[in-house]
Amino acid sequence: MTVSALREAFGSAIVRHAVICGDTIVWVSRDRIHDALAWLQATPDQDYNYLTDITAVEYRDTERPLEIVWQLRSLARKVDLRVKVALDKRAPLEVPTCWDLWKGADWLEREVYDMFGVTFTGHPDLRRILMWETYAEGYPLRKDFPLRGHFSRAEQTRQALAANPEANYSLEELSIAEAYHELPKEMRERLRHGERGFLK
Amino acid sequence: MSIRTVEMALSTPGLDAEGRPVQVPLGVGGRDTAESRIPGHYDEDFGAEHMLVNIGPQHPATHGVLRLVLELEGETVKRCIPHIGYLHSGFEKLGEYRQYNQIIPLTDRTDYLSPMANNVCLALAAEKLMGIEITERCRVLRVIACEMSRIISHLVWLGTTGIDLGAFTPFLWSFQERERIYNLQEAWTGARLTTSLTRVGGMMADIPDGFEAGLREFTRTFPNTLREVDTMFTRNAIWCGRTQGVGVLTAAEAINYSLSGPMLRASAVDYDVRKDRPYLGYETYDFDVAIGEHGDIYDRYRIRLEEMFQANRILEQALDRLAALKGAPLNVDDPRLILPPKRRAMSDMEAMIYHFKQVMEGIKPPVGEAYMGIENPKGELGYYFVSDGSAKPVRWRIRPPAFINLASLPKMCEGALLSDVIAINASVDIVMGEVDR
Repeated sequence: MTVSALREAFGSAIVRHAVICGDTIVWVSRDRIHDALAWLQATPDQDYNYLTDITAVEYRDTERPLEIVWQLRSLARKVDLRVKVALDKRAPLEVPTCWDLWKGADWLEREVYDMFGVTFTGHPDLRRILMWETYAEGYPLRKDFPLRGHFSRAEQTRQALAANPEANYSLEELSIAEAYHELPKEMRERLRHGERGFLK
Repeated sequence: MSIRTVEMALSTPGLDAEGRPVQVPLGVGGRDTAESRIPGHYDEDFGAEHMLVNIGPQHPATHGVLRLVLELEGETVKRCIPHIGYLHSGFEKLGEYRQYNQIIPLTDRTDYLSPMANNVCLALAAEKLMGIEITERCRVLRVIACEMSRIISHLVWLGTTGIDLGAFTPFLWSFQERERIYNLQEAWTGARLTTSLTRVGGMMADIPDGFEAGLREFTRTFPNTLREVDTMFTRNAIWCGRTQGVGVLTAAEAINYSLSGPMLRASAVDYDVRKDRPYLGYETYDFDVAIGEHGDIYDRYRIRLEEMFQANRILEQALDRLAALKGAPLNVDDPRLILPPKRRAMSDMEAMIYHFKQVMEGIKPPVGEAYMGIENPKGELGYYFVSDGSAKPVRWRIRPPAFINLASLPKMCEGALLSDVIAINASVDIVMGEVDR
């Protein structure tokens, strides 16, 4: 029912759909994904008011596009819907944020950005969340990321020992306290370079 | 008014013309200067400047390695910036290098306060992906595992939150009760924390002798302790003062922030996965779902307390069913899924081949994907598997309830007092192993 209504509203932007293991999955084109999510949330018949999860899937087949997955739910109707967008890996990995629709998307999108390097355009605070801000090895859940990381164990140890514990506050946080100008000059320099300077 | 005058006024409140006690405004006194007499002026000592306070990552009140950076104006929180990831272990990445049954030990270590429930969710997700129908006895045992986990997880929450708010005794009570469940859990699985209880299509082990009697005894006496906690907390003036009206989220906000579990239900949203998307035959058990009203810490406490009573009810019913299913098969009858007994594997050619193929190749699900959500103590735990037909998943996604619930912390802390931040953070019921994964 949802799929046919979606097709009616969005036409060719609904790329395809499938039912796998009892779950309905809809592939939407990237250009219309934000409209489709907003429509699913706001249309009374659909009423997908609850965002269960946002994640991404990269397949072992390197030719296959990377997929962004939204798990939606209607609490009142007790139905689930999985919405996907396929992203060509040769182009920049970008999708519009749905933070304006669900505040719960904030950390979930940050996590996908952190783990897969997908940019959610329009997200107000897209920073790394699980890895530290100076992490320079790439995006851990990508298939080209080896299980033990890109750097050698020796290099990882060296960087961990060389990390400056004083640089724990972000610049934004230091500006709250107006403490930035009271810091020693040498530390200000380091912070201005973001202390994330090495090996990008 | 000088500081000294304020102190004098406080120590001798006095009465005004109408006989009411004189109220002295605090915090706006400061030094008596020409500037301080200008209306709206705040002395620098009393909070015109915002202050940055760091809590954690090594702080007992953050319940793990959570770090909070707070922007304070006086004692009021203007902004709360959480930093997580100190316990990141890359479980999702590790899962892509493991067969389905080998992922089960990883799930023990995510939400380590309710390992058995995580094991059950993983087995259910893999079974959904492979289209396996498990036996009735297995279902009942998994319900018992889930509800035992709910009780121990909520007991830890109750004890630690009590300590955070200055109540020490219920901590001892709840940990004593928890110990009894842990002993049963140890007898069943051989481990107190890394249980790895389930397998795809069945269980790692059947319950040992004396387990049913032990659990019966627990369910008989456990409500007494809960009632004592109820007596201590529910109408306690200090407890109510610290929790009522603190950290409030409305129903619309709770849905918008994707909260789940007791956090969602405290905000008057009637959603419980056990009732609304039943699994393991939960629809056939007789239990009630507690729904809050105000969305504050107090309601979250009431809901968790009631959930323990209800979990106890479910355990009693499950034990009755277990007695009726005595001798029924536990695992599915499929040698491609379930390892043969060791004795047969060493003496029977066919069993040995199945054993070899399972250990060396693993179980291969069809190409596809499946999402399975269950009602964990912390909220809705979901495992999302994507399979390309090989024995190892392409993607294993954990939908972490604690992570998503914690994301609402900045919202709840806005405008709260510094001491309330501790209470609010405790009420989310986080476990950092799951937040950071």
